[in-house]
Amino acid sequence: MTTHLDGNALAGPLRELFAVDITTATAQCSGCGRGGTVATLHVYASAPGLVARCPGCEDVVLRVVRTPDSAWLDLRGTVSLRIPLAE
Amino acid sequence: MAIVSRGFRGRARDEDVALPPGQYLTEDFPVLSAGPTPRVPTDRWEFTVTTEVGVKHTWQWQDLLELPHEKPKVDLHCVTKWSKLGTSWQGVSLDVLLEDVETAADYALVHSYGGYTTNLPLEDLLDGQAWIVHRYDGEDLTPEHGGPARLLVPHLYLWKSAKWVRGIKLLLEDEPGFWETIGYHEYGDPWREQRYQGD
Repeated sequence: MTTHLDGNALAGPLRELFAVDITTATAQCSGCGRGGTVATLHVYASAPGLVARCPGCEDVVLRVVRTPDSAWLDLRGTVSLRIPLAE
Repeated sequence: MAIVSRGFRGRARDEDVALPPGQYLTEDFPVLSAGPTPRVPTDRWEFTVTTEVGVKHTWQWQDLLELPHEKPKVDLHCVTKWSKLGTSWQGVSLDVLLEDVETAADYALVHSYGGYTTNLPLEDLLDGQAWIVHRYDGEDLTPEHGGPARLLVPHLYLWKSAKWVRGIKLLLEDEPGFWETIGYHEYGDPWREQRYQGD
């Protein structure tokens, strides 16, 4: 049975890449238009990379692969990332 | 603690068998997946080869079962570093499926139910190197391991052996698949440790 984690599983790997905690950002799925925080995405981690899918349509929203010398980030499934910032 | 124990035991066993560089031996069969497991009933399953000029060759489940079968016994090497030796499968050679397909293509893009894709040179699917398999270890292939049918290309890392295989597009130009577009090697030979782009 394949199970998924929630988007909080992305917090560690993405902390390396972003200056803010990206799990609180709102991601809009380019497949169905659903918006929700990154923390609510379905993350498949038993794989050669992290694959985060929309909880609405299961399309891929975000992918991260960590190689020995690089991080690869694919945001093709994301229309936008709204990142809350302090005023 | 468990990871330390597994690695220690693995090194001892690995000295007795030939493994590709960087791999450890496992006796179980880990399930890796980039998404929900597709459940494809065999009465709705079909497999389609599409040539570079758009000609389609399609097999239904019964068509597949009626083709000559082979029982490859092969070693598996996953890019996440586990290897499993002597696995037993049953299925149809791609040599049989592609026998009557006219093509000038050099590349193949394999696609699966659920949307997964992977690419490889067409020549790596021929000459007894690849099969569409539907039985593992004497049993019907379970959905977790790619059933009802998956591609088996054991001389390349296991991400090339697409689970839930639905079809193959034959192409004149190489087109990277799901993992090949995000850092993984376009070919993936475990004996040359081609894990990532540039390896």
